[in-house]
Amino acid sequence: MIEKEKSIRLSGFTKFMKIQEEFHMKKTLAILLSAMMCASLMSACGGSNGSSSSESKAEESSAASDSVSESAEGGDSTAADGALTGTLKLGHIGPLTGGAAVYGISTSGGAKIAVDEINAANTNGFTIELNNQDDEHDAEKSVNAYNDLKDWGVQAIVGCTTTSPSLAVSAEAFSDRMFMLTPSASSTDVTDGKDNVFQMCFTDPNQGKIAAEYVAEHDLAENIAVIYNNSDAYSTGIYQAFEKEAGELGLNIVSVTTFPDDSNADFSVQLQDAQNAGADFVFMPMYYTPASNILTQASAMGYDPTFFGTDGMDGILSVEGFDTSLAEGLMLMTPFASTDSPEFTQKFEENEGFTPTQFAADGYDCVYAIYDALEFYAEANGGYDVTDVSYSDLCDILVSTFTDPSFTFDGMTGKNMSWSANGEVTKDPKVYVIKDGAYTEA
Amino acid sequence: MKMKKLSPASRSGFINYAIVLVFFAVFQTLLSTGNLSNNFTGQLIPICAYVVMAISLNLVVGISGELSLGHAGFMSIGAFTGVIVSMSLQSSVSSAPLRLLAAIVAGTLVAAVAGVIIGVPVLRLNGDYLAIVTLAFGEIIKNILNCLYVGVDGKGLHISMKDANALNLDENGLVILKGPMGATGITKLSGFVSGIILVLIALFIIQNFVNSRSGRAIKAIRDNRIAAEASGLNVIKYKMMAFVISAAMAGAAGALYALNYSTVVPKKFDFNTSILILVFVVLGGIGNMRGSIISAAILTVLPELLREFRDYRMLIYAIVLILVMLITNNPSAKAFIHRIFGRRRDEDAEKGGA
Repeated sequence: MIEKEKSIRLSGFTKFMKIQEEFHMKKTLAILLSAMMCASLMSACGGSNGSSSSESKAEESSAASDSVSESAEGGDSTAADGALTGTLKLGHIGPLTGGAAVYGISTSGGAKIAVDEINAANTNGFTIELNNQDDEHDAEKSVNAYNDLKDWGVQAIVGCTTTSPSLAVSAEAFSDRMFMLTPSASSTDVTDGKDNVFQMCFTDPNQGKIAAEYVAEHDLAENIAVIYNNSDAYSTGIYQAFEKEAGELGLNIVSVTTFPDDSNADFSVQLQDAQNAGADFVFMPMYYTPASNILTQASAMGYDPTFFGTDGMDGILSVEGFDTSLAEGLMLMTPFASTDSPEFTQKFEENEGFTPTQFAADGYDCVYAIYDALEFYAEANGGYDVTDVSYSDLCDILVSTFTDPSFTFDGMTGKNMSWSANGEVTKDPKVYVIKDGAYTEA
Repeated sequence: MKMKKLSPASRSGFINYAIVLVFFAVFQTLLSTGNLSNNFTGQLIPICAYVVMAISLNLVVGISGELSLGHAGFMSIGAFTGVIVSMSLQSSVSSAPLRLLAAIVAGTLVAAVAGVIIGVPVLRLNGDYLAIVTLAFGEIIKNILNCLYVGVDGKGLHISMKDANALNLDENGLVILKGPMGATGITKLSGFVSGIILVLIALFIIQNFVNSRSGRAIKAIRDNRIAAEASGLNVIKYKMMAFVISAAMAGAAGALYALNYSTVVPKKFDFNTSILILVFVVLGGIGNMRGSIISAAILTVLPELLREFRDYRMLIYAIVLILVMLITNNPSAKAFIHRIFGRRRDEDAEKGGA
């Protein structure tokens, strides 16, 4: 078998050599183009287990709809006055293929469950049509996806999942007057100066600040080391706020090391630096994949400080090939633990095939926040039919409701959430410690 | 009648201008009558930018015969220069077209300078080695931009490689480039008309360059370097000309592209973007400017047309690319295409011969 393969490869090679004699460039081109094909094939496969339903029909059993979904203003099915009716066309934009696909599939999967629940409940005949568009974590593609949704007749946007696409789309949404609620784009630039763009997650600076306050308050560290991804907006944003706040609180940062996106496999240099500086606490504002490598390598070199992560760390226990016992004692700030909502977790696992992270919960909450806001408005105005309302009219309604001081929202990622006029959410942070392979509230 | 007096090369060139103008006329009409979908409207400017990228890369790959894999690097230099210029002029120059012009000119010049700097070491290499080094330079540009912080205030431009706080801006200062977060809050300046004008200018420059004395020298070097050198041609000089013009055009395309979005990040201009543009050139036909224009336009739109296929979109995109490559290289398919489209060309050739 191996020999056969070898001979095929050899004959292929001699062919290439012949071609090369004729036209030197063709060989390189052939290899490169086939590599490019493979890359696009792989990225397409990455997304293949994602949800692909555009118009989610109510097919889930309605029994599930009462758990988290009960809203403050909960529509009474008999009330004709103050009832929300009609069909809302909701769009979701996130990366469903490519390197960031796991986040987009999570938010879209969460949103899909919420839509299914609302449609199954069918209160007063109110339903939501969800159209899910891929942006490949690319600003250009996400603007295309946004325009595509506009052609479809979208009335409000849940998205984008990631920051730089959100920045591009939010500018479009602002000039179009389209309501936009992002589940997980955490940069302040997303909402800055745009009154119709709101966030479900904490902003990056907010998270860095809260992390520093938490560390100082609980006296967790003497010497702090920070490892962050300097080619990532999320990681850099949190680090800069953490550093600023740490300075004010008198925390002692002894080592700051970085890594780029392209090489996040070997962290021996960064860990060695932290160890040599005598750090007993390592702050890791990053996503869980590089973090799992850090934990593995720290354990291999016998370095055992307290590791502290942010919400991007959520999901570390489901990394393939990662020894979860290494994550024992890891602290992380995340608004959601899959163990807290078993029903949602089970449904999400059935649909998408992996354990939901806070991204999924954020996507779920976004749909319910819009739903609750519309119900709140319908209640106050003696009923409201959303069918065929123009997106700019709906935008004005949603903006005024979201910024209404009496409007609060209880979701999976927090209770009593409210939004300020600049679009940032106010909710309580939660810190978890991993104990016996599960999240325990710290 | 006039057309017949022109040389075949300039006739082919005029057909290219005509294609661009017809494209413009059709879409401008659709746009002004409101018959164009939002999705398509949003893609007109990226199409213009990618067409300029494709014809400029074709100058290096097709005419000069060198495989360059770092073309997106020049695009990003143009993009970020354009953004910095347009944002710093925001307070002093009120006319948007003027700012766009300044941004594109600056993007072109800075990318040309980068082309010279990179071209000097790179063009001494050949074949695969040159490809690898251009690839490396593309990545270097991306990584430098990832650590670059640029801000502007009353005192002028501030540059830092550390972080935004190290810029020491005064109160009214504006941070333009924020390392990995790129530039945000860009005022959109690019329009379809400016995009088409840029395509026409780029076509004009490149087509005239290719048919000039230098262009012929470059083709001679491509076809036989030793013979060309023996005839007294300065190989490095001519290759450099093609490389720098190509880089400059890519810079202009980058500025146009960046000023079409409210945000642009260095990560966008990575290896994949370079390969994407190379794919435009290869599928359109190496050395064939018209092919580059058409393939860049179609391949930019294609993934959007495939949105129906959802998760399998990029899979189908790849299959389409493979099929196009197989078909255009298949002898019987070639003969078939030739029978349909080639007849006129044969007639022309006969007349020309007679």
